[in-house]
Amino acid sequence: MTPLIEKPLTKNMRPDGSVVDRKAYEQAGGYQAVRKVVQHGMTSNAVTDAVKDANLRGRGGAGFPTAKKWSFVPLGKDAPSPTYLICNADEMEPGTFKDRLLLERDPHQLIEGMIISGFAIEADVAYIFLRGEYVLAAERLLRAIAEAYDAHYLGKNILGSDYSLELHLHLSGGRYMCGEETGLLNALEGKRANPRSKPPFPPVVGLFGKPTVVNNVETLCCVPHIINHGAAWFRALGRTQDAGTKLFGASGKVKRPGLWELPMGTTIREILEEHAGGMRDGVTFRGLLPGGASTDFVTKEHLDTPMDYSAMATIGSRMGTGTMIVLDDQTCPVGMTWNLMHFFAQESCGWCTPCWSGLGWVERILKSMEEGQGKPGDLDKLTSQANMWGPGATFCALAPGAAEPLHSALKCFRDDFERHIREKRCPWR
Amino acid sequence: MLSPEEISEIEAEAAHYPRRDAVCIDAMRIVQRHRGWVSDESLHDIAAHLGMSVTDLDSVATFYNLIFRRPVGRHVIMICDSVSCWMMGYDRMREHLGMRLGIGLGDTTSDNRFTLLPIVCLGCCDRAPAMMVDDDLHSGLDPQKIDRALETYT
Ligand SMILES: Cc1cc2nc3c(=O)[nH]c(=O)nc-3n(C[C@H](O)[C@H](O)[C@H](O)COP(=O)(O)O)c2cc1C
Ligand code: SF4
Ligand code: FES
Repeated sequence: MTPLIEKPLTKNMRPDGSVVDRKAYEQAGGYQAVRKVVQHGMTSNAVTDAVKDANLRGRGGAGFPTAKKWSFVPLGKDAPSPTYLICNADEMEPGTFKDRLLLERDPHQLIEGMIISGFAIEADVAYIFLRGEYVLAAERLLRAIAEAYDAHYLGKNILGSDYSLELHLHLSGGRYMCGEETGLLNALEGKRANPRSKPPFPPVVGLFGKPTVVNNVETLCCVPHIINHGAAWFRALGRTQDAGTKLFGASGKVKRPGLWELPMGTTIREILEEHAGGMRDGVTFRGLLPGGASTDFVTKEHLDTPMDYSAMATIGSRMGTGTMIVLDDQTCPVGMTWNLMHFFAQESCGWCTPCWSGLGWVERILKSMEEGQGKPGDLDKLTSQANMWGPGATFCALAPGAAEPLHSALKCFRDDFERHIREKRCPWR
Repeated sequence: MLSPEEISEIEAEAAHYPRRDAVCIDAMRIVQRHRGWVSDESLHDIAAHLGMSVTDLDSVATFYNLIFRRPVGRHVIMICDSVSCWMMGYDRMREHLGMRLGIGLGDTTSDNRFTLLPIVCLGCCDRAPAMMVDDDLHSGLDPQKIDRALETYT
């Protein structure tokens, strides 16, 4: 009987923070999934089917079904060539610190996931698009990639099979827009990271005009485990209808900020109270952004909601990246919203007017409220701006993402916004 | 003029892409690692080396915040001003840095030792507040920790 593995993504990680090198990774059963796929005659469709049966959904924030994305890629000898696989390791969503762990501590797990995912879409070339500030991750990835080439897990005819894959690391020049999948494609082509219009979608026309799949680090890291232990095992890891484990985190004034691999569908309360230890002494919980800056605030009546794709949607929020940002009573919700809008305004690429101009305006209104200059009509102005950033109204998901914390802050903390205007000051200053 | 080392590093990266101009961001980062920043002269040299127009290359350069088109000090401090760090004391840390160095965000000390810049979330929000100095991440900051960290950069 195979031993029960409850935390597949973090099981190899060392408490001292050092990296798992190739030898250690292999000793822990690493690269067996690659052998299974390339040496034991699995077809690319069989790999995609396993990932489909496992119900793997994208961990980059949107939860798109991974196998479905892969299935749009043209396969076979008449397909356009080369096909590209890209790992999105840009991790710039404020409050998000999960991919860093996977990259720094167990880089071979990601590489193995990329080889198998590359095999499924018949990719010829793969890139890891890494944010430029992740210096330690870059060093460790470069070493791991070299180790993988040495052992013929990468390069021509992987382990003597017909499958070949080249893998390169690209360090980003900065900017949040590089994480948006088509902005990322432009950045990799050496252009400004403006998004592209869709359709055509990247799996058909992507990097350099060729079929391209972009997946998040955590998504790709799940793949070897699905191949090793099967789709049913993976589905059973989740507590709700969504499958697998998830890296959940908490930051802010909680007792033990951190990151934990837990079953998909663990409740917000369990993450907040058991794993993060609840609020620090002397501060009270007010709300949280469940999965990074572009998710809607959740307040205490919803703490028993399972963190997964569907349950979070029913309470009008999203799991996002799964790393929550916790707001306490000593922190001003208007100030926090200002900080968030400052981020989005700064990172807007300037393509669509409702986004660049609206965000700038919203940022100025929030600043004036914090400085005691708020005016009675301000809340309506903020609401009407946020309404203009709905999905479909702008070219990419940055503006809809900004609307989520703004809309929900205005709803959850309305009294605090009104008090700023009424008292002509920030009560927290 | 690009140095032989710079050229060989750029060529090694260029081999990873099907088109030569695709390497331009890597190329600017390589030159910046050697020289601290990307001057007009470097920009011309890189553009010529890759067969690109200088205007095109500059429009790429100015988009990316990690590419410096102005000179910086010997060490670059990037302090995270995103939400978790803001909640955990960013304002105090920025004020402390400003006081210690006698400069504001975007400035360089007169001895050319430090440049202070804001940066978005550094992905270590559980150990906020955080900053990077050159390639090193410093987290769980307080004023004493900042002082001790700065001493190591001469
Ligand atoms: C402005 C913006 C920034 C994004 N940044 C990231 C990022 O840093 N990492 C990431 O995996 N996805 C990011 N995404 C989502 C990607 O566009 C894409 O959906 C994701 O990489 C797909 O991977 P997945 O299907 O495995 O989740 C971002 C989206 C937007 C709109
Ligand atoms: S929504 Fe904003 S970031 Fe996205 S394309 Fe439009 S202007 Fe650029
Ligand atoms: S908010 Fe500062 S490191 Fe994430």
